[in-house]
Amino acid sequence: MVEVAGETAVVNGVPGPAYDEPPIIEVRDLSIAYRGKPALSDVTLDIHRHEIFGIIGPANSGKTSFLRALNRMDAFNTAMEVSGSIRINGKNINDWRNEYALRSRIGVVFPLPVGLPLTVYENVAFSPRLRGIRKRAELDEVVERCLTRAALWDEVKDRLDSLGSLLSGGQQQRLTIARALSQEPELLLLDEFSIAVDPVTTMRIEDVLKELRSELTIVLVTNLVQQARRLADRTAFFLMGELVEIGATEDLFEGDVKDKRTTGYIEGRFG
Amino acid sequence: MFTATPLNRRSYRNQSLAKAVFFLMTVVLVIPVLLIVGTLVVKGAPAISWEFLFTAPTDNMTAGGIFPALVGTIWLVVVALLASVPVGVAAALYLSEYAPDNLLTRTINLAIINLAGVPSIVHALFGFGAFVLFFRMGQSILAASLTLAVMTLPVVIVATRESLQAVPQAFREACWNMGATRWQTIRKVVLPNSISGILTGVILEVSRTAGETAPIMFTGATAFVAFLPEGVLDQTMAMSYHLYYIATQATNVPEELTFGVALVLIAIVLMMNAVSIGFRVYLRGLKKW
Repeated sequence: MVEVAGETAVVNGVPGPAYDEPPIIEVRDLSIAYRGKPALSDVTLDIHRHEIFGIIGPANSGKTSFLRALNRMDAFNTAMEVSGSIRINGKNINDWRNEYALRSRIGVVFPLPVGLPLTVYENVAFSPRLRGIRKRAELDEVVERCLTRAALWDEVKDRLDSLGSLLSGGQQQRLTIARALSQEPELLLLDEFSIAVDPVTTMRIEDVLKELRSELTIVLVTNLVQQARRLADRTAFFLMGELVEIGATEDLFEGDVKDKRTTGYIEGRFG
Repeated sequence: MFTATPLNRRSYRNQSLAKAVFFLMTVVLVIPVLLIVGTLVVKGAPAISWEFLFTAPTDNMTAGGIFPALVGTIWLVVVALLASVPVGVAAALYLSEYAPDNLLTRTINLAIINLAGVPSIVHALFGFGAFVLFFRMGQSILAASLTLAVMTLPVVIVATRESLQAVPQAFREACWNMGATRWQTIRKVVLPNSISGILTGVILEVSRTAGETAPIMFTGATAFVAFLPEGVLDQTMAMSYHLYYIATQATNVPEELTFGVALVLIAIVLMMNAVSIGFRVYLRGLKKW
């Protein structure tokens, strides 16, 4: 249960979402289209610091497009048209003159792990190197810390110099999480991260995410409604490009919904 | 239960037929290559010796060796490479990694493909007009090499672009998502994984450059100079032009000499192709996915 204690809420001893502070992400009237074909329309929502914000919905609902818009990936895709406004830390993301600096503070994990064609070590050291960290000792420290946080260090510490792509699927996904953490992000975007991961590893990653919440904000797009239930403080339901509803995760799962379609999806009647 | 239906049998027969036809066509393809190389070796090999490779022609090209032509070809190839590789690779990087997919880009791509289809004699006349006359380079290695460079640019660009596009898009997106710029992504991930294809394209270009005659005959190649070129503004002999000259212009040239020149020329080209294939095999072994 969420108890509001002074400045920040505390959930099970871990600082919970900061609902009384201004939101870290403010999305207003966000619409996304690909070559004129709408993928998401008129989304307005707030995401708070230290929150795990779940997004559920069937395929083609605009969940991934939403994450891509947060990261301004439309800059790399001329077919993607974004309208409306997204403010992160109070600043419209289109006002960042250096969009690369914005992206460097946002970690992203894809559905299928993309290990860069580099060694395990270099995969994790990539972003620190972009930030200008050159000293080997400093890089070693970041690599060990991030791999440990991603629950991968013990399995790869003896083969940091082998290729990231030689790891198993679940290990590669933890590698991409370590890589995202190496960015020292304020915001972590997870796009169906468990699709190629076995259930045991999924649980280990979920534990990591719960711990990470005290440091950063997580947007979790998931195709597993139970995963949203386990992790998310609040959950949004997207359906065919429409934001159907947002609510406290527990409320949605207990049937306290404004729209019957939400319950229908959660209970697996369609999707 | 497990018996072949008439349809199964027909599929099987068609498959055998298709295989036989394709095999036959491959044989048809190999025969001329073997005949050409075989004839050259049989008729040209007696002419080959250290003296042949390392002395100048004498007696109105009817005796002596090919050394100035050999050196001239190396000059032409190296200068052409220096001109075309930086331009071609940079243009391919722009077109593949930076340029938006719009009408202009598509027009440029089409123009490059068309440039590859322009006959070499047209390039020769262009080079003569542009480099020899307009830019006042005179007939020189520089003018000839630049003509060759223009002619082979499309090969370099297309080869480079194709190897760049063979790098999975997911790698780029992963880098961009971490805040890497396009250039950082190219330098750290795209180029290291496409360099084998680029080098292969470049070496294929070299072999093509070495064999071309038309583009150099008005722009810098000459039938005979007794001394070796000392700089890019000198005229030079070249293997391909030398072969053309002794085969059609000079009189009383012994047949074995002509075949000897042809054999050396084709050996150069084949050697470069072999190096190219070796390179590709080696670099593919280094590929990381």
